Amino acid sequence: MNRVLGDSANAYDEVKVMVGWFRGLCEKAFKRALWVFHANTGACNGCDIEVINVLTPYYDAERFGIRLVGSPRHADVIIITGPITRQSGPALERLIEAVPSPKLIIAVGSCPTGGNIWFDSYATHGGLAKFLSDRGIDIPVFYVPGCPPRPEAILYGVALALGLVDKKVAPKRLKQELLPPRKSS
Amino acid sequence: MIGSKLRELMVAIRGGAPRALVVTLPYPLGPGAKVPEGFRGKVEIDVSKCIGCSGCANVCPSRCIIPEDTSQLWRRMTIFRERCTYCARCQEVCQENAVTLTMEFELSTDNPGDLTDTWEVFMATCSRCGRCFKPKTVLDKMMETGYKPPMEKRYGAVATLSVK
Repeated sequence: MNRVLGDSANAYDEVKVMVGWFRGLCEKAFKRALWVFHANTGACNGCDIEVINVLTPYYDAERFGIRLVGSPRHADVIIITGPITRQSGPALERLIEAVPSPKLIIAVGSCPTGGNIWFDSYATHGGLAKFLSDRGIDIPVFYVPGCPPRPEAILYGVALALGLVDKKVAPKRLKQELLPPRKSS
Repeated sequence: MIGSKLRELMVAIRGGAPRALVVTLPYPLGPGAKVPEGFRGKVEIDVSKCIGCSGCANVCPSRCIIPEDTSQLWRRMTIFRERCTYCARCQEVCQENAVTLTMEFELSTDNPGDLTDTWEVFMATCSRCGRCFKPKTVLDKMMETGYKPPMEKRYGAVATLSVK
């Protein structure tokens, strides 16, 4: 009894150390296990099928800890497909709020990336970047262009979000070279 | 049930164990991204071939390519690949074969601006009216191949307007 009372501070410290160690282990083990909620914001179902393909054993995104969950409150990542129609805009806003921070968005397909052929339509928000900047939402987004993107392209986007691969695209500015003056024939 | 599982295992083993048991593509960490024949990927433009006719901009369903005349001699073309549908109509319509849809599909980025390219095309000007009509590159090609516009002596470069 005496011993317990006398060492209570130390015991508390020990517990603290244990908890800290356990938390560290958890952070190490589950650092990159991203649970994904899939939101269709008016997609044509093409990208949705490709997202399902990525979860099959052949492409197997689950080896990176990716798991599809049924509730935004369980999720770390939102996979968005579709050009964000006017109908789905408010719902998407609430969905983004419902996901606990830190959160990440992976925009799959040309629709959320740039709006696709509906980029200036009155019925859509014209892409995710526009939608987020209009509402002042600051969340890191990874875009996977493609119509629909190949499953490998989605895997590449996921790997990019996890930091496993490097980005390959960069903007280019080119100018035609002037030809030497014409020869008179 | 156990019988069927055993049969499944036997099939897998007979198929060449242990490699047959692994079906997963090693893709982002290793090789294995095979692209089928005729796949339409990233749009690439050969700037040296482009004549700035804006045919690709006319047919693009998502208006990815936007031409803009910055001066009398230069036409600036911008491609916004983030909304490309990969329909290859630009490739189909380009007479100079400057547009190709490559096999590249690894376009993921954290900033859609990375997918935007700009290129400037030199446009030749008509000696009479001063407007752009056809870039110098095509004229030079025609001079090399031996084509001589019949009206060139009289009207300068205007005569080449009727030539494809």
